[in-house]
Amino acid sequence: MTSLTALLSKWPLVRQIRERKDGTGLEAMSEKTRVMHARTDDAQVARSICPYCGVGCGQLVYHKNGKLISIEGDPESPISQGNLCPKGAASYQLLTHSRRETKMKYRAPRAKEWTEISLERAMEMVAERVWESRKRAFVRQIDGSNINHTTAICHLGGATLDNEENYLIKKLFTAGLGMVCVSNQARI
Amino acid sequence: MPGLGTSFGRGGATTAQQDVANADCILIEGSSMAEAHPVGFRWVMKAKERGATIIHVDPRFSRTSALADIWVPIRAGTDIVFLGALIRHLIENDLFFREYVVYYTNASCILSDEYRDPEDNGDGYFSGWNEEKHAYEGESWLYKGGDLSRPERDLTLQDPQCVFQKLKRHFSRYTPEMAEKVCGIPPELFHKVADALVAASGPEHTAAVCYAVGWTQHSKGVQIIRAAAILQLLLGNIGRPGGGILALRGHASIQGSTDIPTLYDILPGYLTMPHKGDETLQQYLDNYTKKTGLWAHYPEYIVSTLKAYYGTHATAENDFGYGWLPKLTGNHSFFEFLYDMLDGKMEGMFLMGQNPAVGAPNSRLQRKALSKLKWLVVRDMVEIESANFWRESPEIDRGELKPENIETEVFFFPAAGHAEKEGAFTNTQRLLQWREKAIDPPGDCRSDAWFVHQLALRLIAKAKASADPIDEPLRALDWWYPEDSLGDTNMEAVLAEINGWHTLEEKENVERPTSNAQHPTEDGVVFGVDRNGEPHHGPQVNAFAELKADGSTACGCWIYSGVFGRDGVNKANLRKSRDYLGHGWGFAWPSDRRIIYNRASARPDGSPWSERKKLIWWDSEKWTGIDVPGFVKGKAPDYEPEVGAEGLDAIPGDAPFILHEDGLGWIYVPKGLRDGPFPTHYEPLESPVSNDLYSHATDPAVNWFTRNENRFAPPGDARFPFVLTTYRLTEHHTAGGMSRFLSHLAELQPEMFAEISPELASELKINKGDYICIVTLRGAIEARALVSRRIRPLRINGKRVHQAALPYHYGTAGLVCGGTANDLLTISGEPNVTIMEAKALTCNIVPGRLPHGQAFAEFLNKYAPQAGQISLHPEEPSVSTGTSGGGHASEGKE
Repeated sequence: MTSLTALLSKWPLVRQIRERKDGTGLEAMSEKTRVMHARTDDAQVARSICPYCGVGCGQLVYHKNGKLISIEGDPESPISQGNLCPKGAASYQLLTHSRRETKMKYRAPRAKEWTEISLERAMEMVAERVWESRKRAFVRQIDGSNINHTTAICHLGGATLDNEENYLIKKLFTAGLGMVCVSNQARI
Repeated sequence: MPGLGTSFGRGGATTAQQDVANADCILIEGSSMAEAHPVGFRWVMKAKERGATIIHVDPRFSRTSALADIWVPIRAGTDIVFLGALIRHLIENDLFFREYVVYYTNASCILSDEYRDPEDNGDGYFSGWNEEKHAYEGESWLYKGGDLSRPERDLTLQDPQCVFQKLKRHFSRYTPEMAEKVCGIPPELFHKVADALVAASGPEHTAAVCYAVGWTQHSKGVQIIRAAAILQLLLGNIGRPGGGILALRGHASIQGSTDIPTLYDILPGYLTMPHKGDETLQQYLDNYTKKTGLWAHYPEYIVSTLKAYYGTHATAENDFGYGWLPKLTGNHSFFEFLYDMLDGKMEGMFLMGQNPAVGAPNSRLQRKALSKLKWLVVRDMVEIESANFWRESPEIDRGELKPENIETEVFFFPAAGHAEKEGAFTNTQRLLQWREKAIDPPGDCRSDAWFVHQLALRLIAKAKASADPIDEPLRALDWWYPEDSLGDTNMEAVLAEINGWHTLEEKENVERPTSNAQHPTEDGVVFGVDRNGEPHHGPQVNAFAELKADGSTACGCWIYSGVFGRDGVNKANLRKSRDYLGHGWGFAWPSDRRIIYNRASARPDGSPWSERKKLIWWDSEKWTGIDVPGFVKGKAPDYEPEVGAEGLDAIPGDAPFILHEDGLGWIYVPKGLRDGPFPTHYEPLESPVSNDLYSHATDPAVNWFTRNENRFAPPGDARFPFVLTTYRLTEHHTAGGMSRFLSHLAELQPEMFAEISPELASELKINKGDYICIVTLRGAIEARALVSRRIRPLRINGKRVHQAALPYHYGTAGLVCGGTANDLLTISGEPNVTIMEAKALTCNIVPGRLPHGQAFAEFLNKYAPQAGQISLHPEEPSVSTGTSGGGHASEGKE
């Protein structure tokens, strides 16, 4: 009998009659619905900023066990107040879409295809290329004036990077290597 | 951004986006803000709800126009005539904000007798032109006597040699009728705009100006912004709530990448890169330190930068390592080194988050240039066109390039996304906002900091094993950064260096840090231990005022000082906004000031202009108010500097623009620009008409980058009768790497199109949705015709001129592909920042599809003959002239 009551009370209609409700509130919920919760409920949140334009909308990045769950507008941002535009709203996909590259790739001279190489190997090769090019094309003096630069290696990019990254680039490339051909989107 | 930098002192937006809501009138020009900066545009809508008049001036009716009160169609590239007519209107009818103009601007300053205006001969040249050098010599532009610190002034503005009278004369022919003739704006519409702006000027009202690359990407882009600066100074709108100029940046950290520049001619905080001839630190300081104003502290800033770069290796004895800094020998900006790439002079290239194969002008040439490199490093999240040009590009398709002939070695490093690394972006309003890291990047993806750090470790190790003197700077480089398990630098430790600290040499007995934590020691040291476990630095500085020129402080970017002080709080990561300006949320440079030059928000006597527009004021002892005062806190409004005073002591109590030697807002720029102290109308380098105002049609100081593959059509060339302009869609981002690969965004804007008017469509017998080819002397692309009333023909000097507008996001990679608008564009160099003219060119439109393969060359040659003379424009030099390079970079870039 008890089990029959329990069974019956699972039926929303019975609950609705017993509790004299109109069937639009919690009484109408099935057990399945009742245990459902937002996927962000037990996630951790990182406070972030949209990576697209210069407005700087606040984002809340929800993640759990090293996996992204969702990216939403941050309602507390005094600039965006929780809003995101179509691009900002797509930033979850920006990080998770299937066309994103996650493997280091190398194209040898005259090759028609990429080959996969390890990150470590690639870093060694790039360091070697920089070292060689710089040695070949470093100018110490012109007309008796100190120059200490190279114009045979260049850098492009920066407006999508972090300030700290731009800082390290300028420190290594210009103050360390003597590269003067350093440019980004701010000029072009 | 010398437009804002020379006018006001700092190369950044003067206000915050939220503050736009306080404006009584907003002029949006050179931007479709609702589409390119939609969330920022909410503040414009808030202002509208409060009764503000919204004006949108643009060749194209966009969603911004739809929401504006007044839409003003304009021919692309004629903004200075329109703005100049507004300036003339204010002067001729005595409608400017006189008290503001007299006291806060250099309108009253007396000019040298040597100054000659383009009006004097009507030829478009200022005094000082040197034809041989293809450049101006600016001595005659200085104030009378040559001293910028203490100019002679006439506060009645009557002296015929004063800036105000020169301004009046300079713009005397910029009448509403001229605006109609040149821009295609009917006088009634002009007056509607003028009335709205005048109504929003004065003690009780303010108006704001918003612009984006629709102003910067012109052959005289800096001068367009200058014209807006003059307008805002005349209306008294700078430094006041609801006023200002909001430069809308198109990338998350484009402001940041200028403040901490990945640019050739400046060092962090708008310090100038040394040039050939700046042999010693003393010579360099003599050249760039100003006697009065904030730049008197130049030695403190540069020595602290050198200490941040070279650590203990930088000593007073070796000029703090100044000799190790490379010296510039000319203009080393992107277009200059692009030509070096094409000519095989460039060996290697790093591309980090930029896609020139789609996003840079004359992109056919860009792709060819990549194929001439020995090696190329591309760091991106997807395989962008600049990474795979050697196997998938229009040139491969047309047989112009063959993979087996391309020697370039390509390293593609997959990059970490914004939630997979920590760091700060500086947004469009100078606001540093920190991003916390959520998760590790997948697979081989790494941050750009990881890449630079790992490269630095390897190169420094090589340098330490080498005895070559050229490796000295590498051996001296202070690469102390602690790292995490992925081998990434601790980014907050980098931020701490950017903020600046006291060095350990300062005091021998200072308590040496022993732990590497953000939590500060009692003295205020954060991350005090280097990668070898040795004490590295002393307490943080709290502000740039603490910086010294004796080596006792190090600071990576002086204007960011204060972001991470002795309390150990990363203020870029603050997330509790306390007021409408957002104090408590992030950190705005300088000194967390949200509206800069805010001394101007009070009357000369220090009281607010009005209750409604108050921001900071003098309370009889100090400056106080809603924002951080941009003025010496205890300097009284009636302070008069003594003769011979230096630095900030030389700035009077009623001079708000403290970076300028005279403390004034510069209506006239006596020093710092390469193409004139006043904005002047020059036609775009490609124009359907000749210049109605001056006999010289184009900006004389412009760099045409003359080259066979980069040819310009002469004025009125019947083969290219239509004006071409480019723009950005809401749903795509720049060169598409962050949008064309995403299904959600690709679906919203799936195909390349060209907007043309129904009138033009009917002339050319084109139906909506038809394929058409857009052709210029540089190339041809295919697009679908979007026939719409949003773009309309203009009547220019009695002639009907059609305009075509193209989005520029498409390329050959990703989910949605299409013609690259940049294939059509020219490379050109605005005289001050070497930016190209992307917003005003000429083109032809040919109905039908673009031939593939080798038939393309035939097609292009039919409509745009590729042989013959290289310089077709009468004002274009026959060989590339180059520019002299540098000299006033401290004002920054666009």
